Amino acid sequence: MASPPAVAEQRAQDSQAHPRFAVEFHDVSIAFEDRQVLDGISFQLRHGETKAIFGVAGSGKSTVLKLALGLIRPDAGRIHVLGEDITRMREDDLFELRRRVGIVFQESALFDSLTVRENVAFRLLEEANVAEDEVEKRVREALSFVELEHTIDLFPSELSGGMRRRVAIARTIITHPEVLLYDSPTGGLDPVTSNTIIELVVKQRDVYQTSSLLVTHRLQDAFTMGTHYFDRGENKMKPLPPGSRAKVPMCFLILRDGRIIFDGDLPSLRETKDEYIREYIS
Amino acid sequence: MELISPTDFAKEKVQSVQEYAMLAARSIGNLFKRPLYFADMIQQADLIGFGSLPIVVLTGFFTGGALAQNSGDTLRRFGSLTLIGQLVSLGMVRELGPVITGLMVAGRNASGMASELGSMVVTEQIDAMRALGTDPMKKLVTPRVVSTVTMLFFLTIISDAFGIAGGGVASSLFFGVDAHQYWSTAWQILVFQDVFTGLAKPILFGFIIATIGCYYGISARGGTQGVGRATTQAVVAASILIIMVDFFVTRFTMTLFSH
Repeated sequence: MASPPAVAEQRAQDSQAHPRFAVEFHDVSIAFEDRQVLDGISFQLRHGETKAIFGVAGSGKSTVLKLALGLIRPDAGRIHVLGEDITRMREDDLFELRRRVGIVFQESALFDSLTVRENVAFRLLEEANVAEDEVEKRVREALSFVELEHTIDLFPSELSGGMRRRVAIARTIITHPEVLLYDSPTGGLDPVTSNTIIELVVKQRDVYQTSSLLVTHRLQDAFTMGTHYFDRGENKMKPLPPGSRAKVPMCFLILRDGRIIFDGDLPSLRETKDEYIREYIS
Repeated sequence: MELISPTDFAKEKVQSVQEYAMLAARSIGNLFKRPLYFADMIQQADLIGFGSLPIVVLTGFFTGGALAQNSGDTLRRFGSLTLIGQLVSLGMVRELGPVITGLMVAGRNASGMASELGSMVVTEQIDAMRALGTDPMKKLVTPRVVSTVTMLFFLTIISDAFGIAGGGVASSLFFGVDAHQYWSTAWQILVFQDVFTGLAKPILFGFIIATIGCYYGISARGGTQGVGRATTQAVVAASILIIMVDFFVTRFTMTLFSH
């Protein structure tokens, strides 16, 4: 990727200039066909932090991400993304804001009639003012970040599930979004491929300091993220040294019956006395 | 099958009409906003226009031929076989050319649009497009509407020409009508009113085909079964609307030109 420290420094300056949270939910509720999916939830995502969202199937995890991107609107409450109230925003203005936010969908959602190159370059091609050479350079950089440069001319149908997920990550990060939303990025993948994806998410968090919301069913993935950091020198994810006081910007949020029953960091999660949560994480 | 209350049914229908009207309005409104996606328009024009050419040529030719056979038989009884060129020409240009072409393109392209966009909806590609900061209405709907309207206009002219030619071949083969006489009467009978009526219709039909196809595609729900249902509904709705609109446009233009 193009000079990661420069992007990270710029991001740090931006977050100081705008000291508000990256994402804020205030009393957000939404129902689908008389079923209350979210019932007055409130939480904040700090700049540079990654928040893992857990919950059983149908608890509204993916709905949180779609709300944060303005793809659906809440029935009640307010949502602020990068300081802007998106609940009252017109669709045209939302398109502008979405250029600063990226999402990796559960099933990748790659455009099946476009090649990997065209998929990854989609945002740049839409902007129309990016030179062809620059597009090619950035596509290759994004693909090399996910180690899939050799797939550039293939179609999504020619890739494995894990590769599609990694291409989706490349497509999302090509414009260095300020907020990233991951919808079950490791769902349905084998442990080795899942680990590769989690390493990419950790790399994005620690190298670019991107604020992220990550929906997952797999507790072990979130725990890995809470106990590992990305070593730039060795270019790989490593566990935090045992006994060290170093912390990674990672916290956890658990949803149950449309409400938040936990919102905190890894030590608080481990020490919780809540029966349901203890059973969930055991 | 789940029973639905009449109130909910009525609300659902009103909402569908409202959503369709908004999609149709936005498809036109987007023409005045950047970006315009010219490349997508050209690609769709190729798919819709050039792709539909064989079926339009064949159906036009054989419809004209069948029209000549049916009317020729009746005209001969009255000793007015010389009018066959006029009858085929008027029938094709005013009515059958636009309607047959519209129905053929609806069958081929409204279904294609509904299934393509429906598949994109159920695989979250439309959401992905919105998430990437691109308006699917601008990128997917407007180019299809512009291309269908433009191409149906020209396809109808081609269908009219081949229909009249088909009528000419049938008249010569089965009734021994002189080809020169056929062509000169077929050509001379056409006046501004006929050409206007015949070329106003494909503009409306093209708009109906593209907006209905896109609307059912964008509204598809329920996986592959939902996409299949959307495809069928798009063809049925577009075909019915074409025939209904044809009736009203015919009445309107007749009233307009009768004064």
